[in-house]
Amino acid sequence: MKMTRKRFLQLSGLSLIAAAAKNVVGGGAATSAITESTKATRWGMVIDLAKCRQKEGCNGCIKACHSAHNVPQFADRAHEVKWIWKQPFEDVFPFAQTQYSREINAGLPVLLMCNHCDDPPCTDVCPVNATWRTDEGVVTIDFHRCIGCRYCMAACPYGSRSFNWQDPRPAIPTVNPDFPTRTKGVVEKCNFCEERLAKRLAPLCVEACEEKALVFGDLEQPDSEIRKLLRSRFAVQRKPELGTGPSVYYLI
Amino acid sequence: MSVLEKTLVGSRRYWLWVAALLLLVLAGLLCYLRQLTQGLVITGLSRDVSWGLYVAQFTFFVGIAASAVTVVLPYYLHDCKQFAPLTILGELLAISSVTMSLLFIFVDLGQPSRILNVLLYPQPQSVMFWDMIALGGYLLLNIVIATGALRAGHEHESPPGWIRTLSIISIPWAISIHTVTAFLYSGLPGRTYWLTAILAPRFLASAFSSGPALLILLCVVTRKITSFDVGREAIHKLAVIVTYATAINIFFVLTEVFTAFYSEIPEHETSFQYLFAGMGGDYHLVPWMWLSLLLSFMALILLLVPKWRTDMRLLVMACFCVFVSIWLEKGLGLIVGGFVPSPLGAIARYTPTLLEWGIVCGIWAIGALMITAFYKIAFSIWEQS
Repeated sequence: MKMTRKRFLQLSGLSLIAAAAKNVVGGGAATSAITESTKATRWGMVIDLAKCRQKEGCNGCIKACHSAHNVPQFADRAHEVKWIWKQPFEDVFPFAQTQYSREINAGLPVLLMCNHCDDPPCTDVCPVNATWRTDEGVVTIDFHRCIGCRYCMAACPYGSRSFNWQDPRPAIPTVNPDFPTRTKGVVEKCNFCEERLAKRLAPLCVEACEEKALVFGDLEQPDSEIRKLLRSRFAVQRKPELGTGPSVYYLI
Repeated sequence: MSVLEKTLVGSRRYWLWVAALLLLVLAGLLCYLRQLTQGLVITGLSRDVSWGLYVAQFTFFVGIAASAVTVVLPYYLHDCKQFAPLTILGELLAISSVTMSLLFIFVDLGQPSRILNVLLYPQPQSVMFWDMIALGGYLLLNIVIATGALRAGHEHESPPGWIRTLSIISIPWAISIHTVTAFLYSGLPGRTYWLTAILAPRFLASAFSSGPALLILLCVVTRKITSFDVGREAIHKLAVIVTYATAINIFFVLTEVFTAFYSEIPEHETSFQYLFAGMGGDYHLVPWMWLSLLLSFMALILLLVPKWRTDMRLLVMACFCVFVSIWLEKGLGLIVGGFVPSPLGAIARYTPTLLEWGIVCGIWAIGALMITAFYKIAFSIWEQS
């Protein structure tokens, strides 16, 4: 990476702020503030499935995300909108097991969300640039530009995108005024809590998880917690053979 | 009398036909208004099957539009004189079909009022951008060529030289519209039913069989109800083209089936299994897919035997079989097969709703109205000369 003067200043400035923040909050143990010392270039997440399953029926992360992001609650499976959800293991990783070990993981829930791919196929196909990958590796959507052609839904090999088949507003239990609601006819999905990342806060799902099953951080920083975890444990991505480079990793 | 005025004079039967079509357009419009207010929730589409009848019909009619090349190419490159009137009829069919395709895309949009974003924020990395250019250009080319040729006929002159130039340009352009349309699908990772290099060739083969089949049917109908006749010889020549294309199309489908089932790679097999054998308790497309296959083989047998192919009644039957077969395969199965099973293995049943059919019928009626008006103008000009 080339170190320009501007970047040098940014880095030193951020280091100072981070160092100060670390002192203030006492080592960052009880906080969700991201303490990496430099500007992140690619956000990623590790999901520890064993930890995730510790509390059966726990939906804390899903509730926190969906209520903060004004995700409508439609009972109808065909028209549902979801940013983060659970799906049985065999649906998510059909080939990550042998025919003899299938029962070990059968039916066990796996937490799913947008993979925020390094090379996302969904953003390439958008005819109006309403969805793109930010400099920090977040795949985001402009709800006001989307024309609702759903080409991105066809392109996403993970089924991560939802479409507003109808007006979502009546189906939002309580509207959070700090986040935009959507209109009918646009696509939406997990945004890695971009609005929180801007304030250097970790995503809500990470914060909501009492088991600390979700670890969020900068994949570009070799000494980040997420990188240490990925170095020390065997992790898998969803469909890595497609070359999309998912930024969400699973510890099975 | 101006050329356009010719559409305003006609028999009682003509006006009844036009009125019936207008009624269908109106019904479609009412259905669309419902979709506009309530959203695409009124369709049978879902989170898993997010494209359906509209996009499939778009694909099918891009094929019909591209098939004009089956008359343009023999006429301009091989000097096939019998195709002179057929060429203009083919180009007029192309104009109507491209218009229908664009309408099918329009009604599929969740936010149609933002359609101009496509021009405001053009994205060359999106295949849809190139499809827009290909379709728009093709529509323009055919409008200019067809009106130029008809004007020349109207003024009893021979067509100007630039019509020939534009027509020759329209040949590779026709190939491009259907290739780019295939690329919309065949470049997507994770949709294994579409992820095949033969999709574009297959699209072209099925287009060149269903398009001229429709043109033959139109010629036979117009010969029955008007005094205009393109001539037996032209129709028989076109029938040979339909035969070749139908055979090539079936061959392409079989190569696809071989690769999927001999390799036995599950994800290459599943969509075929879903469409032709059913899966997860959902068999509702199975009879339609088999009907499509059966009709294709029936048509091929009828077309292959010269004695049957030259029998007008059997030819009409064969063309009808080809058209329905490819309509089912491309206008329905192709899109659903790309979505089922879903990336997470879900078998989501997609059945178009009545309102969806209403909108589709409305667009067909618009196409039929355009064809009626265009052909009426063409016939009355040719009758004068």
